[in-house]
Amino acid sequence: MTKDKKGLSALFSAKYRGRTASYTLVILAYIILEVMRASGNLSSLFTSLLVPVTCYIVAAIGLNLNVGISGELNLGQAGFMSIGAFTGICVSGRLAASVPAVPRLILAMIAGALLASLFGFIIGVPVLKLQGDYLAIVTLAFGQIIKSLITNMYLGFDENGFQFSFVENTCKLVPGGKMLLNGPMGATGTQRIATFTVGVILVLVALVIVYNLMYSKSGRAIMAARDNRIAAELIGINISATKMLAFVVSAGLAGAAGAMYGLNYSTLVPNKYDFNTSILILVYVVLGGLGNMTGTIISTVVLVLLPELLRSLQDYRMLIYAIVLIVIMLLTNNEWVRTRIKLLQKSLSGGRKASAGKEDGKEAA
Amino acid sequence: MQFISYLINGLGLGSVYAIIALGYTMVYGIAKMLNFAHGDVIMIGAYIAFFAIMNFGLPLIPAVLLAILACTVLGVVIERLAYKPLRQAPSLAVLITAIGVSYFLQNGAQLLWSSSTKVFPAVLPSGSLQIGDLSVSWLTLITIIVCVLVMAVLTLFISRTKTGRAMRACSEDKGAATLMGINVNFIISVTFAIGSGLAAIASVLLCSTYPSVYPTLGSMPGIKAFTAAVFGGIGSIPGAFLGGLLLGIIEILAKAYISTQLSDAIVFAVLIIVLLIKPTGLLGRKLSEKV
Repeated sequence: MTKDKKGLSALFSAKYRGRTASYTLVILAYIILEVMRASGNLSSLFTSLLVPVTCYIVAAIGLNLNVGISGELNLGQAGFMSIGAFTGICVSGRLAASVPAVPRLILAMIAGALLASLFGFIIGVPVLKLQGDYLAIVTLAFGQIIKSLITNMYLGFDENGFQFSFVENTCKLVPGGKMLLNGPMGATGTQRIATFTVGVILVLVALVIVYNLMYSKSGRAIMAARDNRIAAELIGINISATKMLAFVVSAGLAGAAGAMYGLNYSTLVPNKYDFNTSILILVYVVLGGLGNMTGTIISTVVLVLLPELLRSLQDYRMLIYAIVLIVIMLLTNNEWVRTRIKLLQKSLSGGRKASAGKEDGKEAA
Repeated sequence: MQFISYLINGLGLGSVYAIIALGYTMVYGIAKMLNFAHGDVIMIGAYIAFFAIMNFGLPLIPAVLLAILACTVLGVVIERLAYKPLRQAPSLAVLITAIGVSYFLQNGAQLLWSSSTKVFPAVLPSGSLQIGDLSVSWLTLITIIVCVLVMAVLTLFISRTKTGRAMRACSEDKGAATLMGINVNFIISVTFAIGSGLAAIASVLLCSTYPSVYPTLGSMPGIKAFTAAVFGGIGSIPGAFLGGLLLGIIEILAKAYISTQLSDAIVFAVLIIVLLIKPTGLLGRKLSEKV
């Protein structure tokens, strides 16, 4: 590899352009939103969406690592979010009396990320032996299993320690004790400690992790394994290990995002993380462009806000959302439209080689 | 005795899954896409049958035929408008479009017919058949018979007719099929038509067993049937049949002997284990990979 350019200009070199764009976008958006909020220009609806948007962005960045960079269709990202969310809620609930809010939030996210990664590893061992649609269906099944298990879990804690039961609630807590998980009711009475600032920091951390992974030796190995499994194996890449790395990191990010999400609401039911949530996150990723993190951030923000912006259309909003989704997919994947866009890009960039986007791995080809 | 009656109930539920799974597997075999909107075609079929019986007072058979006709047309229209322009696109793009279609159908149904649950009329004979100690409800028997009939007719169609042969050719190699003078677009439309028609039959059987009609009715049976199709080896018609039946039996046995709440988790856990032992499903073919 050639020596990196020094100074500011290095930030805009082909290698770093994608990263610089992502970080700048997130930081700028954060500053603008904080200024708007401080000056009272942000409606309460948008304020309430700030934290969830950051959570979805982190989960989507993780999924993009899995689907875009590693090339494995994962239909169970919500399962990992669910593990993270309920782990985070339990950790936060247990430490509520002894640890102040922000460190507790961070601890909860770390715990959520670790447990989700662990599950990612356990499920990854068998899953990554499969390919294509079979892998997709196993991740789907995994998401359903997690939802089903958490729906039947009861966890309470009092001065004598934790009490756990399954399917039927047999926890007998002494007065002063608290139920952390309530089966199908999920978690109730959670302290809402998630903040937008921590959310944005989480997004930045996720970006740092994913970009560093993407441009490292392991990242190149992951992409090689995606593009041609057999050829990658021939040059000595351990396919299972590289795919596992992407899968576990992706699960961990979803876990951290889930913990953040769970601690943003006072109640959270396990049904929140069903198949539709997995699909929703996948839609963010595909629409933003496979392997393109900046695209993921933009599409997540747009698609989370779109149903809210269409609120004035009332009952028609989800219908319009569906139509917008179909039309975008048809337009961006239509050969005629694609050639027009390419021509337009060429004429805009003049003689300069339009190489942007290539660095971000695979485009939504 | 108890066990045998569970087994028969499982076969009944499995028959419904099998009929839905046939739709998934045929579309996958020929168009190489996961049609996520298939579950919602079932829902539309259920609404059509419901209105045909309740509002127009049609008897069962014409109502079912009407539902089949409506779903067939719907399936072909969806394919033409949403999937055909994406024939050359990557499979993920098609998947997302299918999800969009699924949202569209669910929300369209909610707008047209409201989200409140409607009670599906009991049109199939109730009561049960007594064989010694064993009692089998007519509904279960009819479901199983319909499934076997569907399977038999479909197998004959695929193996004996000219269109069926063309379908097999398309699933082997679309390029070569085109060179042989087969109209691939027409064959794909036929596949969607058959799959959607089967979805309408499944909807009536499903709603006779669980008599409520609502806009998201198709989601869970859709996911289960998709699982069944993969279980049996996606793309394989006997595989979808076998996968559907086994899934139904496992679900009913898990509900009866282990736990009602955990039955879904058990069904999906069994699926994962089967895929680990046989990575291409029970009857799936292993394709060798070339560099």
